Amino acid sequence: MKPVNQADVLIIGGGIMGASTAFFLRQRGVSVILLERWLVGQQASGVNFGNTRRQGRFLEQLPLANRAHDVWTRMPALLGEDAELLRAGHLRCAYRQDAADKMEVYAREAREYGLELELLSKAALRSRYPFLGPEVIAGSLSAQDGHANPRLAAPAFGRGAARAGAHIYENTEVTSLAKDGEDFRAVCADGREFRAPVMLVSSGAWASKMSAHFGEPVPLVVRGPQMAVTEPAPYVIGPSLGVAGGTLEETLYFRQVKRGNIVMGGCGRGPSTTDPRYAPVIPAHTLTQFRQMARLAPVVTKLNIIRVWSGVEGYMPDDLPIMGPSATTSGLHYAFGFCGAGFQVGPGVGETMAELIATGATSTPIDAFSITRFESQLVAAEPHADAEP
Amino acid sequence: MAEPGVIVIGAGPAGVRAAEELVAAGLRPIVIDEGRRDGGQIYRRQPEHFTRDYAALYGSEAQRAASVHRGFDALRGKIDYRPETLAWNIFDGHVHAVREHRTEKLPYSALVICSGATDRLMPVPGWELSGVYSLGASQIALKSQACSIGSRVVFLGSGPLLYLVAYQYMKAGASIAAVLDTSRLRDRVAALPKLLARPGLLKQGVAYLAALRRAGVPVHTGVEPVAIGGDPADGVRNLTYRDSKGQQHQIDCDAVALGYHLRPESQLADLAGCKFVYDDTARQWFPQVTMEGRSSVRNVYLAGDGARILGAEGAENAGRLAALSALADLGKTVDATRVATLRQAQDKMERFRQGLVQAFPWPQEQAARLPDSAIVCRCECITAGELRRVVTDMGAQEANRAKAFSRVGMGRCQGRYCADAGAEVIAHAAGVPLEQVGRLRGQAPVKPLSFQTMEEPQ
Repeated sequence: MKPVNQADVLIIGGGIMGASTAFFLRQRGVSVILLERWLVGQQASGVNFGNTRRQGRFLEQLPLANRAHDVWTRMPALLGEDAELLRAGHLRCAYRQDAADKMEVYAREAREYGLELELLSKAALRSRYPFLGPEVIAGSLSAQDGHANPRLAAPAFGRGAARAGAHIYENTEVTSLAKDGEDFRAVCADGREFRAPVMLVSSGAWASKMSAHFGEPVPLVVRGPQMAVTEPAPYVIGPSLGVAGGTLEETLYFRQVKRGNIVMGGCGRGPSTTDPRYAPVIPAHTLTQFRQMARLAPVVTKLNIIRVWSGVEGYMPDDLPIMGPSATTSGLHYAFGFCGAGFQVGPGVGETMAELIATGATSTPIDAFSITRFESQLVAAEPHADAEP
Repeated sequence: MAEPGVIVIGAGPAGVRAAEELVAAGLRPIVIDEGRRDGGQIYRRQPEHFTRDYAALYGSEAQRAASVHRGFDALRGKIDYRPETLAWNIFDGHVHAVREHRTEKLPYSALVICSGATDRLMPVPGWELSGVYSLGASQIALKSQACSIGSRVVFLGSGPLLYLVAYQYMKAGASIAAVLDTSRLRDRVAALPKLLARPGLLKQGVAYLAALRRAGVPVHTGVEPVAIGGDPADGVRNLTYRDSKGQQHQIDCDAVALGYHLRPESQLADLAGCKFVYDDTARQWFPQVTMEGRSSVRNVYLAGDGARILGAEGAENAGRLAALSALADLGKTVDATRVATLRQAQDKMERFRQGLVQAFPWPQEQAARLPDSAIVCRCECITAGELRRVVTDMGAQEANRAKAFSRVGMGRCQGRYCADAGAEVIAHAAGVPLEQVGRLRGQAPVKPLSFQTMEEPQ
């Protein structure tokens, strides 16, 4: 394909947000250039846990999560692949009564948003999920949620977008961004320039520098997930599981892929920087996960882990993403800071942002995620304790 | 807490000699080793109550083996020796070492990594069947447990180990169906000037070959492996190959020992942050290391086959040199003439190493010819066709990207046995030079780590 440097929309950052937005913009006939510093879906979109859960999200995010749920269902038709999506359910587990009570309240409220959750007693859990430890006293199952392979999803959207005519430039580092008359102009490290009257910044942990450049600084904090995977074992687990309402250390989550390996993460996050070469897994953190696994699912502790990894994720102090138009610069849009929980909503964000850019409005409410909420409160803070990806 | 000391990882020839130098300088290093006993792979000691003598166990290398063992025995009490201990991670200036599910975080002022090597393997259709072992594993079975891998064994591959292990099996009374070498005689003739850097070793190699021929073992060079036949229930039944004239043959056998020389166990160096360099002749990545054993990281030193495949004698020298460099960098006085002498000896080892690479070339062309149905990654059961598909259909031209998409290299062995061949498959499918494919990033744990692992109480 001939190199193109002018389009209707310029997307900065090829994670699942940028790649799926590019895909859905092409569905609407809008021309797109996407610039990715490394490879599509290689950072937060590729290293995350792979939860496709709606359960447990902030209620105002559920419409977006429901929309994403629908896109995930349509993925085979849209892209010809399903990123190993397994609708095996998502189970939240409580160790204490106060956490169980909160799950009950959440189940009532989530129903208003069309998300049906099944509350499970200790006895019901025992019979249905005999691998759970005796400390688990209550559970909440979202039968239609599940998990997928993060290494495949964003690249699948990127390839789909390219097939549909989007111009995707990988290994293309943007060194300066500016609004130049009617157009946004991106200058790259190798001197190439790209222009478009509309721009989407979807560069994850790298985005806050860009928003600050347009007069909208945000208190984004960079953190790394702490992941590990076991050797394969017979496929028995089913749902993606996580501890809810516990302390940060208790918040372990895990899932088993069809071929048998168990992926786990949680019990807090690691330090990270925007240089992905320095996103470490802290050895002591892995040992904490071992101890917590002995409480949540003791049978898993018969296994060995064979690999750990981390990555670069952008967190906001209120655990909500930034999504929507800029308040300072017309034509500029944002979709970043998904607080380690962007994988499931990703394809829904893409469809919603494409709708917003193409029509000027969204059928899914996203006002709660506006960047303007940080206009007056520039304080960096630790992310919330109870946050499963 | 006391000042962090020097840590040596590995108790093979390099690690033992490194520890010796450190002790001679008045230090008391920690020596971490995975083995139950010292000696490493090459000078592996047999279990207690086994009574084979040195000549039976180590053949022509009996004296060197005895010397390394004696050297280590003399260090007892002067080092903090931790056998059966796995260094599973290096992080933030600490070695994380686990023994019997207890893990400890050990700081160091200098770290000498002598992690050795494992077999370099090229897949052949059917290599996932039971009864297929690496050459190194076949040798360990014999050396450690006095076991043969089968009752009728084919030795397939290339490199000095092919003839050495076949010879050892023959001497132990095992039945050898054939020795099949993919390298050609003319490669070896061309490499002669370099191989002459170590005439003794060259002579030894020729003697193994002669002994095999005398015993009536069929030895063929310039062969091309076609497939290992058999079934999942019973394992290996036969092996098919084409001879140097292109004629196809099938040999009945119940075990295959496979290997194409060695690859460095460089995961720890990777986790310690060492730079790697690409060697275009060997078509391999090695950690960057000076002849004196200095890596690209300030207080990390590398020695032995884990850094550069110089063999056991080269490893002894490299261990000494690395320790002497560490001592010099720690401000101790080091005898410069000794360093110079050792360095000079290493120049010969290096020349011989280059000769071996030339004499027994890595059969890169086999990767391109692998049928789509052949398994490349045995841990994850991924075929050459699946790997090629992520290159051609999904645009993965780099090793880690192809791993993310295909799972090649994602299993228990962390790519030890599939990464080299996988990279060749990727390079060929993508039409890019091998160097451009890169190498798989090292990730902890270096070997599988049990959930039972907990922190050693301080």
